Amino acid sequence: MTADTQVAGQSVVIKRRSPLLETWDNLRRSWSGMIGLTLIVLHLVLALISPLIVPHDPLEMNSKNRSVAPSMEHWFGTDKLGRDVFSRSLVGGRVALAVTVLATALAMTWGGLSGILMGFLGGWVDEVALRIVDALLAIPWLLVLLIIVSAFGTDAWIQTLTFGFTYGYTMIRVARAATLDYVTHDFVLSARARGERKQTIVLKELFPNVRDVLLVDGAMNWSWMLLGFSSLSFLGFGVPPPTPDWGYMIAINREILANQPWAVFGPALMLSTLIVGINLFADAFAKAMGLDRSQGAPV
Amino acid sequence: MTMLIARRFLLAIITLFIISLLVFIGIEALPGDAATAYLGQSATEESLKALREEFGLNAPAHQRYLTWLGNFLHGDMGESMARRKPVSEVIGNQFRNTVVLAVAASIFGIPLAIVLGVLTGLTRDKWPDFVLSFLAILGMTLPGFVTATVLVYLFSIRVKWFPAIAMVPSDASVSEVLPTIILPIITLTLVMTAHILRLVRTSMIDVLAGDYVQMAHLKGVPLARVIFLHALPNAMLPTINVIALTIAWLLGGVAIIETVFNYPGIGKLMINAIGDQDLALVQAIAMILAGIYVGVNLIADLLTLFLNPRLRTMRR
Repeated sequence: MTADTQVAGQSVVIKRRSPLLETWDNLRRSWSGMIGLTLIVLHLVLALISPLIVPHDPLEMNSKNRSVAPSMEHWFGTDKLGRDVFSRSLVGGRVALAVTVLATALAMTWGGLSGILMGFLGGWVDEVALRIVDALLAIPWLLVLLIIVSAFGTDAWIQTLTFGFTYGYTMIRVARAATLDYVTHDFVLSARARGERKQTIVLKELFPNVRDVLLVDGAMNWSWMLLGFSSLSFLGFGVPPPTPDWGYMIAINREILANQPWAVFGPALMLSTLIVGINLFADAFAKAMGLDRSQGAPV
Repeated sequence: MTMLIARRFLLAIITLFIISLLVFIGIEALPGDAATAYLGQSATEESLKALREEFGLNAPAHQRYLTWLGNFLHGDMGESMARRKPVSEVIGNQFRNTVVLAVAASIFGIPLAIVLGVLTGLTRDKWPDFVLSFLAILGMTLPGFVTATVLVYLFSIRVKWFPAIAMVPSDASVSEVLPTIILPIITLTLVMTAHILRLVRTSMIDVLAGDYVQMAHLKGVPLARVIFLHALPNAMLPTINVIALTIAWLLGGVAIIETVFNYPGIGKLMINAIGDQDLALVQAIAMILAGIYVGVNLIADLLTLFLNPRLRTMRR
């Protein structure tokens, strides 16, 4: 982006790098951010190619090989049904990743737009919507998730909608607060004075400014969603078996924790590296954007 | 000031009312009802009809909601359909068990978080900060069931120090319960410490950069005095709200840890109640947990107001 500025009669060209590149430059200097990003990329690549590279069929049971310890043949050993834990750990994050990534985009979109709209419109609409958001936030997150999946099922698409909705309303408050910082600024007032349509003001004036805050909060929410998804899966409300999923694997393999702990450590390691990776990245991303990440507990 | 407090109270009550409505609608959306969930496979037309009659499930939804609300306001939480007992009786001990767990974790977690938060804030970007901040990220982000499982492996399988599951009846006395729940307490303490530590650290760094702290340094005030009398009280102010949120969040998410350790608490009860579509029970648990959330936040807000004179004259 270049801007021409007249200074004392001569034209000075100020070269400004795009904000995206600037963020990237800042991010690159944070080693924890780079570790986080590396972990995320590794997991994404793995999710894409894992079915092609698994040493064993993740679903194949072997009654002669039940709960065996790690070996050259089975790196993480086998589970109670004789299935290869390493192969299952490799593919066990695919649904979780797909669901949470889509749901994050969904949450950012509807939560972000609702928040901006509330901040922009103000008045009784804002007041009523805020009360409902506050009420939703006060209900334990696990209860909300459990009620929705009990009502509509645990199919991956339903889970995507569930997480998109549930975590979206935590983002409403963030987007609304960010919007309130801007609605009184001159550029919004002048857009109103120009008689711009509300739609234009929201999308062209407010959204670009709130976007950074939303992205940072979205990154954070991604990790909370993964936590929520695995928790539901752990409790048996996840994607139906036999599809391997880390949360459910940890839950059922806990039975053989004493003699074959790797059946639990394998999926736990995969899940942990992804969640920690997202968090390290989100932290560094917030700093690179010049925003201090909100430190609140997940809701 | 009085107006402000009154306003906060009013908002809290409105929020609770909306919560009750939302939860009611949510449970209504579940397929089937308590009668089908209770009778399961053995359900016949007649038995379903009789049961629905008995629990007043035939009335239209809004009427049932109003009946529930009326009873609830009179302190009657209704009858658990799946358990055939008054809800208050079902919840009583399980709620106490969760409180025991949460209080024990808070007693260790909050002071630990403050001490470590101050330490990391003071040693910013040096190795103690580095190590503790990384551990905090782990504690905060790892799912409770992962942390709990690792602890079980280390402390009840490798070395047999603590029991892996809390084998207590729900009505055991507190002194009977405590020795069996050392691992759940440690798990909860870790998560809690991690959350609060990070905020105390950030807050501490902000405050330490403030003029009055610099001034105190320059005047030659001893370091310990600067930290504990000048910096810490100011650094604590913004953390009050997070401590409140953390406590409330722990109560909501504690179900997972209770399940891992098979501990008869309110979170585990909540999960079972949803499975049974035990409307009255789910409603009551939701109201209790949400009430704690709203209440704790209200207290935190008022405490912040009380401790920070500058906010008292501000509106909202």
